[in-house]
Amino acid sequence: MMRSHTISHWLLRILRHLDGWLLAFMIALLLLSAATVYSASGQSLPRLTGHFINIFIALSVLVVVANVPPHILARLGPPLYAAALVLLMVVAVAGEVRNGSRRWLNIGVGAFQPSEIMKVALPLMLAWWFQRREGLLKGRDYALAAVLVFLPFALILRQPDLGTALLIGASGFYLLFFAGLSWRVIALIFVLAGASLPLVWHHMHDYQRQRILTLLNPEADPLGAGYHIIQSTIAIGSGGAFGKGWLHGTQAHLGFIPESTTDFVFAVFGEEFGLLGGGVLLALYLAIVARGFYIAAYAPSLFSRLMAATVSLNFFTYAFVNMGMVSGILPVVGVPLPLMSYGGTAMITLMTGFGILMSVATHKSLNKT
Amino acid sequence: MNWSGGELKNLRAELAAFRRRLHAGAILIAVLVLLLLARLYDLQVRDHGHYASLAESNRTSLIPVAAPRGLIYDDKGKILADNYSAYTLEINPSKAGNLKRTLGEIGRLIEITPAHLRRFRELLAENRSFATVPLKSHLSDKEVAILAANLYRLPGVEVKARLFRNYPYGSEFSHSIGYIGRINDRELAALKREGRLDDYRGSEHIGKTGLELQYENLLHGKPGYEEMETDAYGRAVKVLGRVAPVPGDDLELNLDQGLQRIADQAFGDRKGALVAINPNNGAVLALVSRPGFDPNLFVDGIDPQTWEELLDSPGRPLVNRAAYSVYPPGSTIKPFLAIAALEMGVRTPSYTIFDPGWYSLPGSRHRFRDWKAGGHGVVDMHKAIVQSCDTYFYRVAVDMGMKRLDAYMPLFGFGAKTGIDLPGESAGLVPSPAWKERRFHRPWFPGETVISGIGQGYWQVTPLQLAVATAALANGGTIYKPELLKAVRKAGSRAWQPVAPVVVRHIPISAADLAVVRDAMMDVVKPGGTAPTAFAGVSYAVAAKTGTAQVTGVAQNARYDAGKLAIQYRDNALFIAFAPAEKPRIAVAVIVENGGEGGVAAAPIARKVLDYYLLGKKPPAGTTGKIHDALPHD
Repeated sequence: MMRSHTISHWLLRILRHLDGWLLAFMIALLLLSAATVYSASGQSLPRLTGHFINIFIALSVLVVVANVPPHILARLGPPLYAAALVLLMVVAVAGEVRNGSRRWLNIGVGAFQPSEIMKVALPLMLAWWFQRREGLLKGRDYALAAVLVFLPFALILRQPDLGTALLIGASGFYLLFFAGLSWRVIALIFVLAGASLPLVWHHMHDYQRQRILTLLNPEADPLGAGYHIIQSTIAIGSGGAFGKGWLHGTQAHLGFIPESTTDFVFAVFGEEFGLLGGGVLLALYLAIVARGFYIAAYAPSLFSRLMAATVSLNFFTYAFVNMGMVSGILPVVGVPLPLMSYGGTAMITLMTGFGILMSVATHKSLNKT
Repeated sequence: MNWSGGELKNLRAELAAFRRRLHAGAILIAVLVLLLLARLYDLQVRDHGHYASLAESNRTSLIPVAAPRGLIYDDKGKILADNYSAYTLEINPSKAGNLKRTLGEIGRLIEITPAHLRRFRELLAENRSFATVPLKSHLSDKEVAILAANLYRLPGVEVKARLFRNYPYGSEFSHSIGYIGRINDRELAALKREGRLDDYRGSEHIGKTGLELQYENLLHGKPGYEEMETDAYGRAVKVLGRVAPVPGDDLELNLDQGLQRIADQAFGDRKGALVAINPNNGAVLALVSRPGFDPNLFVDGIDPQTWEELLDSPGRPLVNRAAYSVYPPGSTIKPFLAIAALEMGVRTPSYTIFDPGWYSLPGSRHRFRDWKAGGHGVVDMHKAIVQSCDTYFYRVAVDMGMKRLDAYMPLFGFGAKTGIDLPGESAGLVPSPAWKERRFHRPWFPGETVISGIGQGYWQVTPLQLAVATAALANGGTIYKPELLKAVRKAGSRAWQPVAPVVVRHIPISAADLAVVRDAMMDVVKPGGTAPTAFAGVSYAVAAKTGTAQVTGVAQNARYDAGKLAIQYRDNALFIAFAPAEKPRIAVAVIVENGGEGGVAAAPIARKVLDYYLLGKKPPAGTTGKIHDALPHD
């Protein structure tokens, strides 16, 4: 009796650090995800079970991270960043080459992409840095932060993995943006980026150029690189306003959609649930981002604010990039749809972010002065 | 670290600034969400009808059209591999329902042989899920008409016009050009792994052996597609659009069909190989491996029974003897050892020995016999090559030692792949104590050094290696990478892009040493040499060397008697030559398995090849196809 009482007490203490609103929206999305993955996999129960196991593991990570107070998380920033950077360098020298790029590190039990760690480590590092320099911020500090962003960006770009490099670069930029980087500098960055486009094009790999050309005119190569985009837009378009109904998407079930449970899961969703479903999905994403921004707005420390805002905007970016790619307005990059796609690693990275968000949301009182 | 922030005023200002940034972020998000919604609206509401019909007819909307495979020409522009269109009867097993009944129905309409059915089942077993499987190809017009009238009651049965590969010269090029065949699951997986699957949409065939495999990437081309409008029954109503496939590149070879045929026929029924090379650039002029097989058998899936017969045939026709099989070189190694001995100062041309007909190592009673009982008497280097004196070269090998022999002979390309543009080449072997220790964990015996001097023992060379090395003797020491490919013509282009010769290495050999060996080789085909009759009345100068390599050991006191030995234990006959000796244009290596003496069995084949190449002379009809039995020596 006494024992079960202490266990439930302990459980309650742990669960107190979860944010109810965020959790509710996330669970709604995860249920939609389970339904879609089940349909996309051709009603495969093993796939569904695997999906639930991934979700369970990722949620466990979330609970753990949410229970770490923000000032401890902040201290993890530099070592985590340094470790991720070293691993990226190791990959550059001794990484495994798959499909022509060096992204994977084999650690005996399996292979993983160190860039995945960097997705969490970079914002943590930057937020820690700005927290340290709070009140003393000068241009120099931004410049150093920019270097911290540039190092992983360059390493990942060289793998080559343009998509991930841009996304990690963007997360770093978001943090600088929320830390108050002046609008003039932001404008300058965009002008410079625009001006360097021809140079970037010149240094791109053939397959990268191909992806961009394909986006501009998918019909030019309907059996090759354009195939994915053509088939996924057909799937979404044929879904119409209300969709063909769950388990009734022909594109999905006749095998026309590649990677239908992972990167292209939105094509299946759009085909079966239509514009209405797409609207609900976007609304859920917006609700999560709104809650994240709310947490950021009322966060007690600079570190907490910056992390909460960056994690939220980053989350939206991934959703937007994936949906934009699948619906044919962005080039094909290997980005899963957050909380919807099948896949363990991305799910864990994502939930780590949400754990940070919830830690910020629920450790307020402890840090108030 | 100050977690509570600075002064309260600062804190407020900072917080306000941060919240303004949050607002800016929110605005950005709103814009992007509207953009996405607009895109989804376009796809799902405005253009819904368009996409709905595309999805509806998706299965048949895009039909890939395989590219015609590149053609292969010989040196003179003769077509060695081309394509033709023929009607085939194909079955889509996933649509056919009851396959057994369908096959029975077809059997009542047109003739289907057991071989057709066997091949069909074989292909069905290795079928990739989305392809149709051919039952009978090359349908006659009448068969097409009968089938077309009955297709409505045969679900999953299709009559299609397909491109087929044709090898007009059949077995003459079976080991150089090779053949294509239907893509199997293993090749499909490899294509997928390499990311080349897109190029194979609509293709059924892939290079399996020879040049067809070596240059698959050039020959294959890129598929086109047809966009089809289909009716409710899934039948094509009309073609909406068409993008033509890009045909594969055409290849021009260094091989000369006329020369190849002369060489091929010169073997008659005998097993063996011949390689002819242009010593000035490494171009492979002829590459023969006998027996051959008809590559046309493989093109659309070989009947399993025929396949078994080819595999089990004692002549092993599927083995490429020119580049894959290895043989002891026998006395053909002597000119190369002579060069090594001269270059390293082991011998001078005038140094003489007395040959009593045998050689014994100091302190040993074992006699290594010369092929000539009674011996050659006083022998210098010239005579040693002309008469192929074994005793002389036993001593050369012993005086040189394996260390120096192993350092020099690989310069001629022995013991390493030549790099020819053919898959499945052997490296051969230069005998060495280190190799023996590694391979057998046994020490080297001095006697093994002795027999290495006459190309016996552990020596292994391919006929191709012998030809490359002979070409180097001819051109003064340059080893070229042997190349079958002469030039490539891109689809739609009229210009041939030539393939540049590749020099592997240049062996520094003094002109004087070369002259000694070449002069001796020129006397090999004259009276007193080991091939005195094969080149009787020849109008150009030939430098050559014979070889007669033991396949089985002969006991110390026994005498080799060809007549008493089963044919598979008879000696292999070898012959190398280049001509014209003073300004060589062709180098050739010949081996006749179990042919007996090189000068008798192999030399006449080389003569026919040289005559044709240098004089354009065709041998009189009726001289081929007869087995020359080995005659006793001297």
